Amino acid sequence: MESLLTILLGVLEDGLVYAIMALGVYITYKILDFPDLSVDGTFPLGAAVTVSLIIVGVNPVLTLVISFAAGALAGIITGIIHVKFKVRDLLSGIIMMTALYSINLKIAGKANVAIFSEQTIFENQLIDRLPKAFSPYVVVSILLVIVLFVKILLDKYLKTKSGYLLRAVGDNETIITSLAKDKGMIKILGLAIANALAALAGSVYCQSQGFFDISTGTGTIVIGLANVIIGTNLFRRAKKIKPTTAVIVGALIYKACVAIAIEFGASSSDLKLVQAILFLVILAAANMKKGKVKVHA
Amino acid sequence: MLELKNINKNYNPGTVNEMCLFQNFNLTIPDHQFVSVVGSNGSGKTSMLNLICGSIPLDGGTILMNGTDITNMKEHKRHQKIGRVFQNPAMGTCPEMTILENMSLADNKGKKFNLSRGTNRERIDYYRELLQKLNLGLEDKLQTKVGSLSGGQRQAMALLMSTMTPIEFLILDEHTAALDPKTAELIMCLTDQIVKEKNLTTIMVTHNLRYAVEYGNRLIMMHQGEIVYDRSEEEKSKVGINDILDKFNQISIECGN
Repeated sequence: MESLLTILLGVLEDGLVYAIMALGVYITYKILDFPDLSVDGTFPLGAAVTVSLIIVGVNPVLTLVISFAAGALAGIITGIIHVKFKVRDLLSGIIMMTALYSINLKIAGKANVAIFSEQTIFENQLIDRLPKAFSPYVVVSILLVIVLFVKILLDKYLKTKSGYLLRAVGDNETIITSLAKDKGMIKILGLAIANALAALAGSVYCQSQGFFDISTGTGTIVIGLANVIIGTNLFRRAKKIKPTTAVIVGALIYKACVAIAIEFGASSSDLKLVQAILFLVILAAANMKKGKVKVHA
Repeated sequence: MLELKNINKNYNPGTVNEMCLFQNFNLTIPDHQFVSVVGSNGSGKTSMLNLICGSIPLDGGTILMNGTDITNMKEHKRHQKIGRVFQNPAMGTCPEMTILENMSLADNKGKKFNLSRGTNRERIDYYRELLQKLNLGLEDKLQTKVGSLSGGQRQAMALLMSTMTPIEFLILDEHTAALDPKTAELIMCLTDQIVKEKNLTTIMVTHNLRYAVEYGNRLIMMHQGEIVYDRSEEEKSKVGINDILDKFNQISIECGN
């Protein structure tokens, strides 16, 4: 029983961290119809920025904000590469992802940085004062607050005038021009928000794990897309469920599937293989449900 | 007033498929004129609209809008004064957004798209009123996604949306061509009503010769990048559909069709 609870908490923790990133992927993939690979670089960017700041004693909450801003900047650059230099969407993301690998190493200083002994949003004097019985649930509770905060903010944003434009540009680019607005600028804005969320997730991730590793970003887009596709397909007919809620639930289900695979004997070195196969199964299942095969990713 | 002066436009320059469409093309459209443009395929009708709207670059010449040179102005900036309706009803609306959201978007043209609420609740009654005029029952479906409407309903909305805010020029690119005859008739009546009501300077490209004769106060026929027939005001009122058809046949015979 004890171990089941541990597994469940582990799934919730991991799922919620990746849900923040998946909300960003939802913007690029579902709203903008832009398969943005930059998140493979912006997720560890958030982590790199966070460890380098925490080590010099910056307030952990502040690192969330700074990571968010760094991710937004990277997203803007991806957008400029795509919009101004007319590079194809997939390639713009690959360029940014590749460049960020070196940039992340530069920011963090080396490929592995531990912050076990430092103060983080999960481990600080304030949390030490909480009753001991509560300690297993601290991480999950904090994550839940962050995820809900991001979700509600994103829901609110999508209902604003600016949010309407963002939704319209993925729906029908022509109408943006007809509304006398520059569609390129709106795409850049969407990429900025998406990558800001990915970097925020990276910041939260490294603080929960207690270290930065340069390889944490590999396959971020696969996880993000899987989360979005599970969530949106599962609740396709449920009109009352907001897509952001669906994406968060999708993230949790995905992590549960990975956890089950590990329980059945997959080792940690098999993890990426498990992720890839799981993603394939999800894509195939989503296509079969539609009754016709339509290439999505 | 819209002026096209000495326009040159080549397609595929520098290749074996190079084609010169416009050479020293000139056209002046005074304020509040409703011009119908007819012509065979490839005569340059849509290219002319695209040049005016800035959707394609031109190789030479100038375009003046109310005396201002807009030749190098970006496409989206030109649309501050231009409303455009396309042949494809899907081009003028957002399918994944509701009717209400689409109306709100269109209503905000020319204003800031900031972080204020996307739909102004005080305007909903006004949107209902506008939709009611279409007689399509759309006013009771505000929360329906536009993607689930029929082509005619979407085109009616596209027309409404493109003329909702103050504009001066209306560009209609075969906007009834994809509709059934009855819906086309409805959209055409609606167009005429809106153009008269708002006093818009309008260019309508159409393959329907009857619409070209019946609506508007100037008729132009284009052929191979040139204007071969131009009748306005009183002259146009005397033009019958058979006259146009005769002229059309002449051109076609010259081409060997």
